[in-house]
Amino acid sequence: MSDTILNAHIPDGPLEGKWQNYLDTCKLVNPNNKRKHTILVVGTGLAGASAAASLAELGYNVKAFCIQDSARRAHSIAAQGGINAAKNYHDDGDSVWRLFYDTVKGGDYRAREANVYRLAQISNNIIDQCVAQGVPFAREYGGLLSNRSFGGAQVSRTFYARGQTGQQLLLGAYQALEKMVDAGKVEMLPRQEMLDLVVVDGKARGIITRNLVTGEYERHVGDAVLLCTGGYGNVFYLSTNAKNSNVTAAWRCYKRGAFFANPCYTQIHPTCIPVSGDYQSKLTLMSESLRNDGRVWVPKSGDDKRPPAQIPEADRDYYLERKYPSFGNLVPRDVASRNAKSVVDEGRGVGETGVAVYLDFADAINRLGKDTIEARYGNLFDMYMRITGENPYEVPMRIYPAVHYTMGGLWVDYNLMSTVPGLFVLGEANFSDHGANRLGASALMQGLSDGYFVISHTLGNYIANNSFPEVNESNEAFAAVENDASSRINKLLAIKGEKTVLEFHRELGKIMWDKVGMSRNKEGLQSAIQEIQKLRSEFWQNLRVPGEPNSYNKNLEFAGRVADFLELGELMAIDALKREESCGGHFREEYQTEEGEALRNDDEFSYVAAWAHSGDDSSPNLHKEPLEFDRVKLTQRSYK
Amino acid sequence: MKLHLKVWRQNGPHEEGKLVPYQVEANPHMSFLEMMDVLNEQLIKAGEDPVEFDHDCREGICGSCNMVINGVPHGPLKGTATCQLHMRHYKDGDTVVVEPWRAEAFPVIRDLVVDRAAFDRIIAAGGYVSVDTGSAPDANAIPIEKNKAEMAFDYATCIGCGACVAACPNASASLFTASKIAHLSLLPQGNAERKTRVLRMVEQMEKEGFGDCSNHGACEAACPKEIPIDAIAIMRREYVKAALS
Repeated sequence: MSDTILNAHIPDGPLEGKWQNYLDTCKLVNPNNKRKHTILVVGTGLAGASAAASLAELGYNVKAFCIQDSARRAHSIAAQGGINAAKNYHDDGDSVWRLFYDTVKGGDYRAREANVYRLAQISNNIIDQCVAQGVPFAREYGGLLSNRSFGGAQVSRTFYARGQTGQQLLLGAYQALEKMVDAGKVEMLPRQEMLDLVVVDGKARGIITRNLVTGEYERHVGDAVLLCTGGYGNVFYLSTNAKNSNVTAAWRCYKRGAFFANPCYTQIHPTCIPVSGDYQSKLTLMSESLRNDGRVWVPKSGDDKRPPAQIPEADRDYYLERKYPSFGNLVPRDVASRNAKSVVDEGRGVGETGVAVYLDFADAINRLGKDTIEARYGNLFDMYMRITGENPYEVPMRIYPAVHYTMGGLWVDYNLMSTVPGLFVLGEANFSDHGANRLGASALMQGLSDGYFVISHTLGNYIANNSFPEVNESNEAFAAVENDASSRINKLLAIKGEKTVLEFHRELGKIMWDKVGMSRNKEGLQSAIQEIQKLRSEFWQNLRVPGEPNSYNKNLEFAGRVADFLELGELMAIDALKREESCGGHFREEYQTEEGEALRNDDEFSYVAAWAHSGDDSSPNLHKEPLEFDRVKLTQRSYK
Repeated sequence: MKLHLKVWRQNGPHEEGKLVPYQVEANPHMSFLEMMDVLNEQLIKAGEDPVEFDHDCREGICGSCNMVINGVPHGPLKGTATCQLHMRHYKDGDTVVVEPWRAEAFPVIRDLVVDRAAFDRIIAAGGYVSVDTGSAPDANAIPIEKNKAEMAFDYATCIGCGACVAACPNASASLFTASKIAHLSLLPQGNAERKTRVLRMVEQMEKEGFGDCSNHGACEAACPKEIPIDAIAIMRREYVKAALS
């Protein structure tokens, strides 16, 4: 089942030595030559900002792009809980091996061993780097760094900065980026949206962007393009992703030849504030660190409509503690989410809508005192109060799963290079490290690992091994791709139909959530594919986008992104349909154990599904990268 | 509930703007931005241009949203960004005036969208610790007193939204600039560059056209992260120390 097109380029040698082996043998670029190379970095979240800063420090010329008004606003900023590292500062048994093993197991054995091992090795360097930048991680009274156990880990390896870890790490990377702007090595271009990739002689050599203030198209030439554009959770319309998060840049690259891997792997986060009405524009995550002290429960009987305080212990079902005695409330995200769905489906959900479960801090407050709980989660409790108008110090929080992260993304090899030479993909935008389910506090780790510590070496190797004939903006490839991008924009404006972008997005989201969401089945996926196709054709006939192409026009930006989501959604359903097994966040109802847990089929599906675009009117082609596990023994995940 | 809105409309930086009245039907559970979404859907359906405003995370952390609501940056709730303000704080029949940040250094791009790039330039003028990737010592090699780390953190929570500037009668960016200076000068990592940092950042702030601080305190009151004005005192102390040495 090996694929002649896909080569992951995993270095030789034993697992523990692969990265070192790579570093020892990769080609280097002469320091004086680095400045002759321009690198285009798209997106300035953790992966993009850290990559742009690090490459500029090495001497490359970097142009960095973001869609927001400032690099500091990327969605990484919203990550709350923390970042993992195998420092073993507490001597509680942690090690690089254990972090690696937990990540592979947590991903339900659908990640690439060598990439995950490298991630675990690099994790420690990240903490060093960030502390040196002045990131204010939590500390103990002795002045040393504090850790907590997080999201399914049995060791305390998570470093955190109150409930704002993502913010503080991003500001660290953003400041490093601004330092290089100051040094004249990074040109920062905010409010620019990448609309397409320019491939010249088989290599990624540039991008077409739209200036979101003036509507003008711009051509940018480089010797490599780094896509650090995040995940595609907003295909579900309601998700915890920021409103501007989108798949457009990645999707355009897919259409130019980059394979899209495992698009069906999406993570539904168990602890989010439940939906309250149709007007809702996004969902808010409550960090799962809350599960360290909060207890999840629903009434034993669906008829029990008493307020929570009046329901005695005997009538409560702490279902995670009951079903998973050794992990309890700390089971991995996919397990916690599916269990919430199943108690709600049984009719035991709580709150006005009945689509929620309780997360109760009463015991923790009794045991530790309100002050301790406030110190740990104060900002999260405040946020909950602001949104719901309820006080979680007094009544249990109501929570429900929501789309949060996408493990799938553009396929990359060990170098983080896609199937288009010179197009590298970092962070959530690639597929590589989390398999079918990401563990808590691992997204920040991966984004920064890719950006600070991997790409500088692998990009150098690519630059040193290739030649770069002179290409400039007037090259015909740029003109042709710019024309494609502008025609698409003009087409959106010319429809002049009746329905708004928001209405289409909401409809797509409902199809995705109902049929390609927390649990999936063959029939549902088949009908999702048809419904999406129908919605897409209606979109191109009946969309109304107001305003002009040559001005600030947020509705127009969103229209382009929803157009791409309408294509991606179908690919996700196709991928989910093809994967006739359950693994991690991908739960096919037909494939479950007697206890209702995900049932993998390693014989047939232990592969990365990499989809190749084959034209707008034909089905995508599937390429398989077999996953070979030399060191980890595949087992049925059990958190009992 | 029915609300009477008056929203600032301005087509471009050099065009004249004005407050335009609209009526919108809201629900108490909506966020302020969701209410603006409802208005925009209404406008699009009526064949008009929607109101442009910046927004992204809608969780109060990215710092994108920036509305002056009835004269107050981010509206009436203390410590709350516009996106986290919910309509339960309004009642049927209320009149709500929505305007952009107003400061010479934040030119209006369109409607409620302003250009805050000046903030990035202030950070670029030294709001960092110069430590190249890979050169850091072990993280626990630098122990930091817990309360000092906590204090630094309080200043590090700035989301760069610019409410401090919008609230200040002088349109000063002192609280923004001082927060970064305070954050880094309280930590040993920031020590090596503390003098050049404060001198350069303050100089850049002035160059951008922000006003001076006259201890009015409106910035602290408007800050969605409730950053204390003490930051400005720290900045001044740092500045004097650096300028005299």
